[in-house]
Amino acid sequence: MIGSRRVRRDRSGRYRLSLSEPERTLLRSLPEQAKDLVTEQEPLARRLFPPAYPTDDEAEADYRRTAGASLLDRHRRSLDTLMDSVDAPGLDEAEAHDWLDALEVLRLVVGTHLDISEEFEEVDEHDPRLAHFVVYQYLTELQNDVVEALSAGLPVEGTGAEPPDVPEPDLGPLDGLSTPDGLEGWL
Amino acid sequence: MAVTGTLRPRPSGDPVSQPAPTELDLPTSGEDTLVDRPWLVIVWNDPINLMSYVTFVFQKLFGYSKEKATKLMLDVHHKGRAVVSSGGRERAELDVYRLHEHGLWATMEQAS
Repeated sequence: MIGSRRVRRDRSGRYRLSLSEPERTLLRSLPEQAKDLVTEQEPLARRLFPPAYPTDDEAEADYRRTAGASLLDRHRRSLDTLMDSVDAPGLDEAEAHDWLDALEVLRLVVGTHLDISEEFEEVDEHDPRLAHFVVYQYLTELQNDVVEALSAGLPVEGTGAEPPDVPEPDLGPLDGLSTPDGLEGWL
Repeated sequence: MAVTGTLRPRPSGDPVSQPAPTELDLPTSGEDTLVDRPWLVIVWNDPINLMSYVTFVFQKLFGYSKEKATKLMLDVHHKGRAVVSSGGRERAELDVYRLHEHGLWATMEQAS
């Protein structure tokens, strides 16, 4: 599989891109379209703004006021980086992280549009969702390539930090993130 | 950012002749005074985020080893959620924000 990776970290620490022209065309067009959707009011972008305090409306409103605009700004900036650097031969570290974020945004939006669930599998060739599904699968592969490439620059042993050892909190399931209807064909 | 109860002992033979170590950063406001009830940052399972991506984000944001980050990711995947960090309220909220920046479904709750 190594030979088929689209993004690879070279010895100098740059991330080399191997993308076909149709891929580059797609990666120029998707972020442009997604940028209009990346707002806090847009139902398809709901997964980009999860609640921090699901059971405390007042704290949640405070958090949203503090964090909402900068989350939005970060995602839009990442989409810009993706569009602007798609024809470059390679990316620096910061650009590679922006690509990872932009691909995350696109996967969350397209995945929400497709109503991806744990049970979701393939769609057949007559399914009207096929075109979106192919795009989703492509974004999945590309994001995985970027993760692999960036992981090559991380120390496997970490910094020595330990995850917290706390008793499992007794919390009910959250199921407030369903997909809205009526937003077909936005791509 | 609020730091809860950090006491730095002086080494013996410290030439500074203060009567006692006083570098106790006491929390000053709100729920951070409940130092025995930390805030828990919880990441919930979702069907879109890639396992490799979630593991990478835990390594990147928290400095966990690949092995520990993978175990946390598998907890999220199999149990539906995992506590990925804990601490004072401001620290927890910053972690939630950083997880949201990375598209993960993170919430925070005060430990009961």
